[in-house]
Amino acid sequence: MEFDHILIRYGEMALKGKNRKKFIVKLQENIQRKLADFPDVKVTRTQGRMFVLLNGEDPVPIVAKCKEVFGIHSLSLAIKVENDETKIKDAALYALTTSENVKTFKVSVKRIDKNFPIHSQEMNQVIGTHLLVNTTRYKVDVHNPDLEVKVEIRTEATYITASIIPGLGGLPVGTSGKTLLMLSGGIDSPVAGFLAMKRGVEIEAIHFHSPPFTSERAKQKVLDLARKLTEYGNTVKVHIVPFTKVQQSIFREMPDGYAMTIMRRMMFRISEILCEKEHILSITTGESLGQVASQTMESMNAINEVTTMPILRPLIAMDKNDIIKVSRTIHTYDISIRPYEDCCTIFVPKSPKTRPGREKVNYFEGQMNITEMLEEAVRGIETVKVTNKSDTVGEFDDLF
Amino acid sequence: MIYLDNSATTKPYPEVIKSFQQVSESYFANPSSIHQFGGEAEKLLLKAKEQTAKILRVEPDEIIFTSGGTEGNNTAIKGIALEHQTRGKHIITSEIEHPSVLEACHALETLGFAVTYLPVNQNGLVSIADVKQAIRNDTILISIMHVNNELGSVQPIEEIGSIAKNNPKLFFHVDDVQGLGKLPLKLKNSGIDLCTMSGHKIHGLKGTGILYVNKRTKLFPLFHGGHQERNIRSGTENLPGAVAMAKALRLISDKQKNNNGEMTKLRDYLRTELEKIHGVVINTPENAAPHIINFSVPGLKPEVIIHMLGEQQIYISTKSACSSKLTDESRILAACALDKVRTTSALRVSLSYDSTRQEVTAFLQALKKAVDQLKEVME
Repeated sequence: MEFDHILIRYGEMALKGKNRKKFIVKLQENIQRKLADFPDVKVTRTQGRMFVLLNGEDPVPIVAKCKEVFGIHSLSLAIKVENDETKIKDAALYALTTSENVKTFKVSVKRIDKNFPIHSQEMNQVIGTHLLVNTTRYKVDVHNPDLEVKVEIRTEATYITASIIPGLGGLPVGTSGKTLLMLSGGIDSPVAGFLAMKRGVEIEAIHFHSPPFTSERAKQKVLDLARKLTEYGNTVKVHIVPFTKVQQSIFREMPDGYAMTIMRRMMFRISEILCEKEHILSITTGESLGQVASQTMESMNAINEVTTMPILRPLIAMDKNDIIKVSRTIHTYDISIRPYEDCCTIFVPKSPKTRPGREKVNYFEGQMNITEMLEEAVRGIETVKVTNKSDTVGEFDDLF
Repeated sequence: MIYLDNSATTKPYPEVIKSFQQVSESYFANPSSIHQFGGEAEKLLLKAKEQTAKILRVEPDEIIFTSGGTEGNNTAIKGIALEHQTRGKHIITSEIEHPSVLEACHALETLGFAVTYLPVNQNGLVSIADVKQAIRNDTILISIMHVNNELGSVQPIEEIGSIAKNNPKLFFHVDDVQGLGKLPLKLKNSGIDLCTMSGHKIHGLKGTGILYVNKRTKLFPLFHGGHQERNIRSGTENLPGAVAMAKALRLISDKQKNNNGEMTKLRDYLRTELEKIHGVVINTPENAAPHIINFSVPGLKPEVIIHMLGEQQIYISTKSACSSKLTDESRILAACALDKVRTTSALRVSLSYDSTRQEVTAFLQALKKAVDQLKEVME
């Protein structure tokens, strides 16, 4: 006996009215793509339910993959058997004994096929007895069981499911449009991208690169981070902006205290231009209120002035420790802490203004040829498509 | 040449040697150097881990590249013992482990650790009841091999894994040097915290290997230094070795997948034919690994048979290569409580995926001739 399929539950999506179909189809697509490494595994939909058919594959790695798909509310390993009392009993026993951390259980039978001879109440008792007789370590608790063994007797077959494994929740990626994620290489921005994706958003990323002050490895770090994010969605395009000239001009010509504010404004301006070119409707950042000088209310006010794009800040109310926790669970933390300089750590003013005023910033900026700097930076953008296959595909292939 | 000593070591695949050479020539930079060339080397190392992790179905940072089985076993056992000794100082292992496990345990005994050596039955298997019974409050490690190197017996790793899962205080280490590439072993969610693998047993190179270290598992390092490999194994990474290991693992996994039981069939043929030879007794139990057959010719000195076959360039072995210099008796067969006449006359044939029926037949004929000749001399 073994689990032969996984039942997928999608909670919130049931509410989405006419779009429901679209959401579900997208979810099915996303799960299929996620499981592409398992050619025998199939994802199907019947009567408002989604199943992953294992076809003999080990369920453990597949469950792990499904736990990285947004839009899945919860999932359960399940067994399909014929409508036969003995087979149902054996399957229920298997479902119980293979579940972990269970001391108490209850059985819930739904008899949808009214031709099945035993009524659901009686069947509850039949199965419950079978489970108790054949084990020693379990007790029944009908009010608050550790595990509910669910048995659904349908016309075509009976389905037995055990533990409910929580999924990531959220909405299927690709159902809520696209955002441009400002990806620095630090701990915060990948988490911001992850949370945006949770609400069904697809992402492209923009990274500001200042060679030779920042190295190839800093760039590689950002591509590696983007690749981690592809685990939760699709291909991520990373736009790498040559930023050396802009930074040098700012730090040479602008007053030290305002350099950081002006640099951030330039970043938003470039991002906005890119959004227009790529038909992207919002910008996402990893800003968290008060965390550093550029993330005070005054700074955000001064920086935000340059764009009318909606700016999504999923981390705005999160503490650093909570952000780190998420970054560990999505495996970006270890990449983020690689010790390479990025464009924000190279040119650090001695004492950046934490309360820059808009008027002063505009006055100083007036002395630079912003348009020309922007055009040059945008012209030099290099776009890399990051897929969830290894980013080194091709390069070292003959060695492996 | 007919080489049937693949449990001692295997012939490296030419592709593996080629990768080793290419990396040595083209990516000799230190992965820790911050220049671009070092970056390339680091990327390549990462790729080697990714590929290995994908095949073993674990995370890339759970892969530690080592110099082979002995290092893996020592790093795991001493690493757990030294790191977690405040939790307890008791270790469980079996009587038929490889010397690199047993000797590491003996060494720890001299440092004040207590070790339980589980007995095995006639089939070379530890009993689950014994494992459960041996667990004490201060047990910090169970170390059991997957496939025995002399007998080919396969331990109930999955069951021991679930026992380990129910005892969260202790760690579970599996020596999978002989099982790798022959028998599947699930690492994720199996209760296994550490697993030792070796390159040269799967047509890779000597001096290469892998230690799987579950992300949550902390080890006291044997080598201190530049914090490479999660600080478990300091020292400039052997990048060509790591790539060669990843390559060997991929090649052997492909062979394993496409073998369709051919190796088992060949082994069964070998077994049936051996049984027909007068005076031969099979020691390997049924349901053993598909590449090892251990048998005895009571009354005949195994060395003599080895040399007679060797004259015809047919190579098999007595006991395991690592123990064969010590005494005449096989420690492992003795642990299975076999007669002394059998334990002192044991021979081992070990197959590879490239072994052919012709080779096995030629070996059988040569063996039969050798046994007949010797019997005549003795009588």
